[in-house]
Amino acid sequence: MAEWLFAPFADFEFMRRALAGCLALALGATPVGLFLLLRRMSLMGDAMAHAILPGAALGYLAFGLSLGAMTVGGIVAGVLVALAAGAVARSSILKEDASLAAFYLISLAAGVLIVSLRGRNLDLLHVLFGSILALDDASLLLIAAISSVTLFALALLYRPLVLECFDPAFLRSVSVLSPVTHYAFLVLVVLNLVSGFHALGTLMAVGIMVLPAAAARLWTSRLSLMLALSAVTAVLSGLAGLLASFHADVPAGPAIVLAAGIIYVASLVLAPGGLIGARLWRRPHLEF
Amino acid sequence: MNAASLSAPALRCDNLTLGYDRHPAVHHLSCEVDHGALVAIVGPNGAGKSTLLKALVGELKPLQGAYALGAPRERIAYLPQLSEIDRSFPVNVFDMVAMGLWHQLGPLGGLNRGQARRVRATLAAVGLSGLEQRPIGTLSGGQLQRARFARLMLQDARLLLLDEPFNAIDARTTEDLVALMLTWHAEGRTILAVLHDLERVHRHFPQCLLLARESLGFGPTASILTEPLLLRARRLAETFDDHAPVCHRHPAPEVA
Repeated sequence: MAEWLFAPFADFEFMRRALAGCLALALGATPVGLFLLLRRMSLMGDAMAHAILPGAALGYLAFGLSLGAMTVGGIVAGVLVALAAGAVARSSILKEDASLAAFYLISLAAGVLIVSLRGRNLDLLHVLFGSILALDDASLLLIAAISSVTLFALALLYRPLVLECFDPAFLRSVSVLSPVTHYAFLVLVVLNLVSGFHALGTLMAVGIMVLPAAAARLWTSRLSLMLALSAVTAVLSGLAGLLASFHADVPAGPAIVLAAGIIYVASLVLAPGGLIGARLWRRPHLEF
Repeated sequence: MNAASLSAPALRCDNLTLGYDRHPAVHHLSCEVDHGALVAIVGPNGAGKSTLLKALVGELKPLQGAYALGAPRERIAYLPQLSEIDRSFPVNVFDMVAMGLWHQLGPLGGLNRGQARRVRATLAAVGLSGLEQRPIGTLSGGQLQRARFARLMLQDARLLLLDEPFNAIDARTTEDLVALMLTWHAEGRTILAVLHDLERVHRHFPQCLLLARESLGFGPTASILTEPLLLRARRLAETFDDHAPVCHRHPAPEVA
């Protein structure tokens, strides 16, 4: 058992790197994902993940599989689409979800097309599904740096962000931080999506953000606990996914997201906020 | 809008026009509210009452005219309508109410013992003792409004802007909240409250502003809430013309 658990990481450096990448993502991207979820913006996260693709693809077209070019391209495209979707929602009759769906489809199509221009299927797979098992020093450092920045930013913005989520009118009435918080949060989302993009690909990046967050939401109604629980869930999913990938020889990215998905479905059934759990955890009601 | 010089009134509106897309929601409003006044803002739906409060807290730029507040921004508290809170968000009553101390705590500061005591005392004053750790999603509408009043009290404001504070609240809770509001009035704070219950306005509010997109009168309540004026208010609020001509009533230069 121990052999089965530890040997892959003891014997192979690429597995250790993948695990470090998962750990960094769990500490940075997952808390951001929890706030996305609590602000009912999970789908927007998904749309923005796809929006990153054409930017990264343009970087790829110009410089090949260069980390820097794809990162910068992805961040620029992500920020542009986030702002554009907001502007479209405010000033046209389309609601934000419709405009996001439109942007997401356009971006995905454009991205795939641009990558194909240079024409290697292997690269396309890399872009769509990431390369968690082939993280080099630079990618690992980038992911770790984004996670560090995210943790600091969340610590600084925690209070205004919580207020912005549940009572934005109050935050606006006491402070000028409301727009600052909103846009800083969007930037954090884009940064973490880019980091998730390098590890898990454009199609899976949101998985490690939202699935562990959704699972944690079902177990507790205390935000601090929820944040910790979501990060732990994400680490466990990463570990389980990597092991499954190693032993069963399946692609790592989808295995990780599927592991998170299994934890989510289990929570959905068993947790106090879940389907059967609501009955499982029911205690006799009080007199008053 | 500069720091309070006590000689200035608590609020002065000078030919103030507010609106959305050039259509005025509040038209050429001029009025002066004294420090310590308790004013009800009354008028039919769509009369511009909420718009006026929004503009006073800076959420909306005037289309024309100007207003001046006799208190600095951080001494003004605004209670929007209840519906703007996301009650499914995981936050408990104590934490929510403690945010009334924002101007002392800022985005990073922690609560010291004295401040925590103040939060608990305020919760007791609004009748929410023992509910400190409850998530806000489990509160009833009345309890949530009590919590918002507690937060408002902690803000220690000199000018309070309340948007339909007693809407959809049961009689017992309303009595308690009105009593709280009257103690704020007794403490010398200035209060502007949007209300629909005219009977309550008669009973508790010495002054009244009747709004129907323009001011139909501002003064002692008994002289404003008269049948002819109320009838006019109802008529005025119902007209909305997509192709309304440009207003030339006060050809003052546009504000920047």
